Amino acid sequence: MPTTTLHIRRGGPGEAPRHDVFELAFEPGESVLDALRRLRVTDDPTLAFRYACLNANACKECMMLLDGKVVYACTARLEARDMRLDPLPNKTLLRDLATVIAPPDERLD
Amino acid sequence: MYAAIEAVRQGAASVLLLDRSLIGRGGATVMAQMTVAAAVGPGDDWRHHLADTLTAGRGLCDPALAALLCEVGAECILEMDRWKVGWARAGNGFASVQAPGHDRARCVYVDFLSTGPAVSKALRAQVQRVGDAIRRVGEVLVTDLVVQDGRVTGAVALHVASGAALTVAAPATIIATGGLTRLYARNSASANMSGDGYALALRAGATLLDMEFVQFFPIGHLAPRLIGMDPIMWDPFRYKLGGRLLNGAMQEFVGRWGGDAENGTYSTTRDLATYAITKEVEAGRGSPSGGAWLSFTHVPAAELRAAFGPVIDRLAANGIDLTRDCIEVSPIAHYHMGGVRVDTAMRTDVPGLLCAGEAVGGANGANRLSGNAITEALAFGRLAGAEAARQVAEGAPAFDVAAARPALALLAAEGPAVNTAALVARLQHIMAADVGPFRTAEGLARAAAALATLRAEVGEDPPGTPGLAHDLARQDWLDLRQMLLVAESVVVAATARTESRGAHQREDFPEMSAAWERNLPLRLRAGVPELA
Ligand SMILES: Cc1cc2nc3c(=O)[nH]c(=O)nc-3n(C[C@H](O)[C@H](O)[C@H](O)COP(=O)(O)OP(=O)(O)OC[C@H]3O[C@@H](n4cnc5c(N)ncnc54)[C@H](O)[C@@H]3O)c2cc1C
Ligand code: FES
Repeated sequence: MPTTTLHIRRGGPGEAPRHDVFELAFEPGESVLDALRRLRVTDDPTLAFRYACLNANACKECMMLLDGKVVYACTARLEARDMRLDPLPNKTLLRDLATVIAPPDERLD
Repeated sequence: MYAAIEAVRQGAASVLLLDRSLIGRGGATVMAQMTVAAAVGPGDDWRHHLADTLTAGRGLCDPALAALLCEVGAECILEMDRWKVGWARAGNGFASVQAPGHDRARCVYVDFLSTGPAVSKALRAQVQRVGDAIRRVGEVLVTDLVVQDGRVTGAVALHVASGAALTVAAPATIIATGGLTRLYARNSASANMSGDGYALALRAGATLLDMEFVQFFPIGHLAPRLIGMDPIMWDPFRYKLGGRLLNGAMQEFVGRWGGDAENGTYSTTRDLATYAITKEVEAGRGSPSGGAWLSFTHVPAAELRAAFGPVIDRLAANGIDLTRDCIEVSPIAHYHMGGVRVDTAMRTDVPGLLCAGEAVGGANGANRLSGNAITEALAFGRLAGAEAARQVAEGAPAFDVAAARPALALLAAEGPAVNTAALVARLQHIMAADVGPFRTAEGLARAAAALATLRAEVGEDPPGTPGLAHDLARQDWLDLRQMLLVAESVVVAATARTESRGAHQREDFPEMSAAWERNLPLRLRAGVPELA
């Protein structure tokens, strides 16, 4: 059975960066977001990432780095290989893969 | 957003627009790809639209609310046009399609499959034009309303980005939190649709109605897997191109379950199509993934391209060529007809608390016509905004933080670690298995028992410690607290209604009964939703 190995950057601001490794069954056609949501149910509910619209690509919240490239997790296809996920580098980190992406005038400061 | 704009127009000096996600991106509106029903075409009149809405509602619409939806809704559509939403044009007027249940072409849209994003964008631009009177703050998850002497005076919320607890003082509060589709494993809307508004209203002392009427969208995408597309997308294809609904043996079947032969057109209402597909699958004649086939293979490539342009390329990127491939579809939780009981000014039973949009119950009765939901969101938003401005001008009691203490204590509590994501998934499976479009007393009792077990496992306090940024485990716990109450409300109402009507089908009571032509109000007593 083919598997995907996700290397996911964990931790909040100020914490030493680390990548947790999760192995999961590869399901053809799944998006990276599907896999992350599956991982929260099966492995670690504390894994943090942003999404709202699931797979419709309407909310534009699920942006992250896949192997160093900016993607929407809900339109990036999962592949049966090692994949590295990191938070957006040019945004303030909240935790794990979640960053501050709200427009500045819509934040609570 | 319409409510905020209208409130300022009617004199409110300061409006706070909160959303648990990004403003204007977190709900169903931005996801809606199809059409909006409004009597804005030549020869049409809102009264014709009303007649169709009442028929579809199977005797349960609140006629006054339905009339407002149709009349004010049409005004909102015209105002949105002045706000440059970009309704598609045909000749001198709006292009429109005839959706099932409407007596004529009445559904306007923005090409291609862009209605919801265009509506959100136009409203957002207007909100920004209003300027400082509307303060927008995203990532604020409202967890409780604050009630003083029977009046809502504000809210308690979690700031998702920091994990901080917040209090909000407000002389008037409008719930516009959308529906409850997240209660179901297969659903079409966003992860924010946990039914929060229903739970907030119940706890504040308001009445809910018609909670048993969950609309399932019959032809939600099932297979092959698609990414970057909304599962409801096949509906506009059917409006424009007809299409054929086929069983596993590639035969038409809707007629067998009481529908008319479609002859390549789209004429079957949602409840009937849901019934036909479910029954065909039960009879062992479903498609391989357990749904029905939808075929456009008879439609020439040029016609497909003219109707859906870039969407055809997005499908190609997913490996689908509609001239060659059929897709599989099956019913998916989509919309909720029930909700908070309001009067014609969108006032709930609790002073200081108003409601708007899908969160309102009663306008659509037992079954909603396609295209009525966006119209409802716009019209009721506008009405609620005007009423809120009026109430603010009247003045309200000062916010007393003492009344917010229990809700703040919950956000400060530290409970044991539990896998809240898995518990959410369990709730969704309980609801999908026994509280879907087809129900029985036995299944509903099973769901009630399973929800009670789940409630015990969820416990009294959110897991972990407060104050962590973007803490999804804790957020899921707070959502579960609301989802459980809302799920229990659906089960109580569905158990009580011993008949079949519209979106509520009881296999043990298959007939519609005249004695049941009434709404079912629910209130909270000692923490439990009960028939009022
Ligand atoms: C995929 C899809 C397609 C659809 N297509 C159509 C269509 O073509 N035509 C049509 O008429 N209808 C359609 N509908 C239905 C329609 O989109 C919705 O009924 C309507 O948009 C609801 O609008 P609303 O303003 O009430 O709520 P929403 O647009 O859902 O907004 C509710 C907002 O409340 C926020 N929220 C929820 N809980 C909280 C909380 N506790 N604290 C803070 N914020 C909170 C959410 O984040 C969200 O942004 C569709 C629905 C879906 C899901
Ligand atoms: S989850 Fe909404 S855009 Fe990806």
